Amino acid sequence: MKILKASLMERCIGCHGCSLACARLVHNRLSWNTCGIRIRSSGGLSTGFEAVTCVACDPPPCAAVCPTGAFLSRKGGGVLVKKRLCIRCGDCADACPVDAIHIDDQGSPFVCIHCGQCVSFCPHECLEMIEKNPAVETTDEPEENQ
Amino acid sequence: MILTDYFRVLKINLESGKGQVIHVDGRDKYIGGSGLGAHLFAKFGLIDRPWDDAQQPLIFAIGPLTGLFPLMSKTVCSFKSPYHDQFAESHAGGRSALCLKFAGIDALVIVGKAAHPVCLSLGARHIELKDAGFLWGTDIQSSGKVLRRMSSGSGHRSILRIGIAGENLVATAGINVDTYRHFGRLGAGAVMGSKNLKAIIIEGNSSFELPAGKQYKKLYKEIYKKITDAGMMHKYHDLGTAENITVLNALGALPIRNLGKTSDQAFENLSGEQFADRTLLRNMACAGCPVGCIHVGFVREKFMEPNHYLYRQVAYDFEPIFALGCMLEINDPFEFLALLDVVEKTGLDAMSAGVALAWASEAFEKGMISEKQTLVSIPFGHGKNYRIALEYMARCENEFYRVLGNGVQKAAAKYGGKDFACVLGQEMAGYATGETFFVSQALGLRHSHLDTGGYSFDQKKEMENNKNVDKALEFLVKDEKERVLLTSMVACLFARKVYTSERISQCLESVGVAHIADKQMELAENIRNLRWKNRLATGYDPSSIRISKRFYEVENWKGRIDGTFMDELKSAYANKIVEMGS
Repeated sequence: MKILKASLMERCIGCHGCSLACARLVHNRLSWNTCGIRIRSSGGLSTGFEAVTCVACDPPPCAAVCPTGAFLSRKGGGVLVKKRLCIRCGDCADACPVDAIHIDDQGSPFVCIHCGQCVSFCPHECLEMIEKNPAVETTDEPEENQ
Repeated sequence: MILTDYFRVLKINLESGKGQVIHVDGRDKYIGGSGLGAHLFAKFGLIDRPWDDAQQPLIFAIGPLTGLFPLMSKTVCSFKSPYHDQFAESHAGGRSALCLKFAGIDALVIVGKAAHPVCLSLGARHIELKDAGFLWGTDIQSSGKVLRRMSSGSGHRSILRIGIAGENLVATAGINVDTYRHFGRLGAGAVMGSKNLKAIIIEGNSSFELPAGKQYKKLYKEIYKKITDAGMMHKYHDLGTAENITVLNALGALPIRNLGKTSDQAFENLSGEQFADRTLLRNMACAGCPVGCIHVGFVREKFMEPNHYLYRQVAYDFEPIFALGCMLEINDPFEFLALLDVVEKTGLDAMSAGVALAWASEAFEKGMISEKQTLVSIPFGHGKNYRIALEYMARCENEFYRVLGNGVQKAAAKYGGKDFACVLGQEMAGYATGETFFVSQALGLRHSHLDTGGYSFDQKKEMENNKNVDKALEFLVKDEKERVLLTSMVACLFARKVYTSERISQCLESVGVAHIADKQMELAENIRNLRWKNRLATGYDPSSIRISKRFYEVENWKGRIDGTFMDELKSAYANKIVEMGS
């Protein structure tokens, strides 16, 4: 299964279109926080923007610590989320190595589910859906004898 | 609830350090943005007291569609202006609008004067006044870096701050928004300075549930597609507004050398293409806008021999290029960017600063003022000394620069040179397109080129040989109303072709405020009139506005300005303004 990757963030103009699209289309909210991809400024040498989003760990440590099975390991990396099972403990956010899980005022977690709905709302094509570990291409030619 | 019937207004008193959330009735009368700002000014403004009275309000307002649709991304700032001591409005984007939305307020009203320099930090769940004494005297870039360290919410906060111009109460000081945008005109920066308010940090950290159903999401997608697919917004993203240099130069409508001429091939060096090829580092966007019209260039400085350089990023647009480039006879992009860099650091309004220096250069060359006043030699084209002069203006280095910083009109009244003062209510914008534009900016509420599309009306074919006061007046009055509707929502005016009245109705209906949609033009008319009422109540007399001789001498592609037509239109528009505000 494909995953979302913010591959070309050097192109980002900081419009927050991806965050707003995720909040709108996945969570039915107007927000740039309660969503699976969030944009922040990057200062210093790399002036511009960076995307804070799930990097599709496989196996995902957030699912491993989830006490109720609300976060389940997703084929291809990342997690499947079953919101109704969540008890808002916040352990998933603590376990995330890249701080990609946002916990809202009510304690609910928001994480990228790699659905790709944000991609078409990025005007500079910073985002893409890719196979995390694409199969290595093989040829029919026999290997040379060493 | 995403939209309430009332406005949720946060009123902060800088003296007590306390905030108060007020529910102000009237969503169905004042809409938001321009309308809400005008209403709050009528409610909290002190019309008989001067602009720097501690209790005068500084108001920031957003609209019902802020963040809900693309390019609904601007904030309206309403205040009593130090420039003319009357009601004023200035608009900016950056992240300010979405941050106010996500801070859970429709408007922020700041009153009082802090006992010492402070930074106001607020969000959905916090209000704090922080000591900013150590930031007083710092430039916009330096203070921005410290303020970012002092606050949380990277990417989801808006940082408004003033430079030394605002601190020194210069009437042409702006408020910098998120480094690259500005409440530039009519001196809002000095209002912050008068309140000892160095900065405002707004963190947008709440969210809202959207209406159920598909209507809203479908409409959003349609509008987004229209904006990003069609050629409609291409200009703004591609070369940006800098594209206007070539267009206006070809028309002979580009103000050059203090409007002494309106066309010169040498200024093709400042074309959008030249900037893109030689100076452009990247584009940026206001939050909630996929267009990305902000064009960031760079200045590079050799600070030590043999080869030690530093660089800074500076965002350019047509208006600063016209004011600090063409008007000053600076036609090298990097020399222009170096001037803009000083303006940005000190927190002056780029347009007023450039036009003011252009007047000073002409007065200097004519011997009306000398180095005794200017301290450095400032003939046209002298970039290095202009950089020093701009610093002097922001610092109020001497009496001359103190007066010049308060506007060309005041400087010309003291030192002479009224005939070539390029003032249309305030320092002119970059369109020598003709009579309708000159009258529109001279009398318009914001004295902005965006009050109406006068520059566009001047270019209508049917107007070239058939100047008609009634038609021009009808255009000004109607166009202002349509723009007021947009600035009450609050849309970026670059999207005015996208957000037709019909589409605004669809937007409002999709988020459950159909009752505003049904009577939007009637409301826009009332808001337009309320703004004029505020302006007149604070002392505006449109018939007293003068357009200097220099404007009557302009020649462009249509020939020489028709002085009789301009006078008649000015008089008719002045009468109409009084009627609208009564």
